[in-house]
Amino acid sequence: MIETLKQFSSSTISQALLKQIEQKAGEYKEKFGREPALMEVCGSHTMAVAKTGVKKLLAGKVKLISGPGCPVCVTDQKSIDAMIQLAESDERIICTFGDMVRVPGTNRALIDAKTDGRDVRVVYSPCDAVEIAKENPDKQVVFLGIGFETTIPVLAVALKKADDERVTNFSMWVTTKLVEPILRKLLNEGDVQVDGLLLPGHVSIVLGKYHYQYLVDEYRVPGVICGFEPAELLSGIYKSIELLLNENPEIINSHQHVVRDEGNRQAQLMIDQYFQVCDEAWRGIGVIENSGLDIRDQFIHLNAKSRFDIKAGEPKPTRCRCGEIIRGLIPPEECNLFAKACTPVNPIGPCMVSSEGSCAASYQYLREE
Amino acid sequence: MCVGVPAKIIKVDEYSAVVDVMGSKMTVGIIFIPEVKLDDYVIVHAGQAMSIVDEEYAKASIEEWRKMVNDRDA
Ligand code: SF4
Repeated sequence: MIETLKQFSSSTISQALLKQIEQKAGEYKEKFGREPALMEVCGSHTMAVAKTGVKKLLAGKVKLISGPGCPVCVTDQKSIDAMIQLAESDERIICTFGDMVRVPGTNRALIDAKTDGRDVRVVYSPCDAVEIAKENPDKQVVFLGIGFETTIPVLAVALKKADDERVTNFSMWVTTKLVEPILRKLLNEGDVQVDGLLLPGHVSIVLGKYHYQYLVDEYRVPGVICGFEPAELLSGIYKSIELLLNENPEIINSHQHVVRDEGNRQAQLMIDQYFQVCDEAWRGIGVIENSGLDIRDQFIHLNAKSRFDIKAGEPKPTRCRCGEIIRGLIPPEECNLFAKACTPVNPIGPCMVSSEGSCAASYQYLREE
Repeated sequence: MCVGVPAKIIKVDEYSAVVDVMGSKMTVGIIFIPEVKLDDYVIVHAGQAMSIVDEEYAKASIEEWRKMVNDRDA
């Protein structure tokens, strides 16, 4: 198996695919008078197209626009401030995914709270936080649950574990996001020209291919679900341009060895069982109706938002332009702070902190030295 | 946050499995893929195995690319 998968990064295959894309992109330009514009929806794709060199190699031929799929980057400032406020108590242990600890809030980041002696722990799995709660019965343990549809079922597993095992000192502060409402918003507003979508390889494991049919039926926009290795990215881009040239929108599952067309039914059921739709605030965009999931009322005893009285004020406006970056309106280089005041060592916004953020990807792999 | 490296199943229990990811072992949940078997490769995210990697489809992708490449050279 590993030998098979190694070929996904074969340079022979990749180089040949690259040539094919160049040819197809040329045909597209001849037909439509401009280069095709594809949005990579997910943060891991943003990182992958930068890291593998695909974005640089296709510059001037195919426009690759980073989309709204980095979970840390889309979390709005007020939510981040609330999470940091949550950590300001000796009675609590805050558990989080690693990317969150350095995201700057209005005044400070979780890591600063930790430096001040607050108990902030990075865990690999939300279930680890339930274990920490069991080991610390005199403390309230809160897991910061952020993420898209790949992560939401994993959060559900931790809720199930805490509920089944009656771990009464565990709760979760949830601010999750759904892919469909944000894509609809971007496509409805049309501020950024998107001809086709590279659909997220991981989120699609849960959602499946059929879920995306609305893109074709309602927007006539094609989408290709693809993986993260060079040959997968390149063949995804090639297929997208081919669909655009044929003017025949369709959803293609080009990640079939991992993504089943119907998605993962067990994961979908877990989401339904533990979560209900809610309005969510997106960074730089504002509240989008029904764009996230919160813990079902039935499990309100596990919801940190009802357990603790946390009220973050309105955050101060900053010069960080992550809000425009996640909508694909500007590339990171257009932010005046990029690579000057804002670097991975001293990040000003989440797009520079997150391992899936556009600014971090551009800083590490796309900057002209 | 998203992890993509396939992990090999080396032990299966009722709700969890031990996987080998490039030489290191860890326990992952298998609630989303109860049908998983020994020696399967899985995609793990935040402690849960999310999907079983299908070798036939992986081979089919490679075959498709090779064909695209050969068509071009032909
Ligand atoms: S470079 Fe920094 S300040 Fe500018 S948008 Fe990106 S994260 Fe925000």
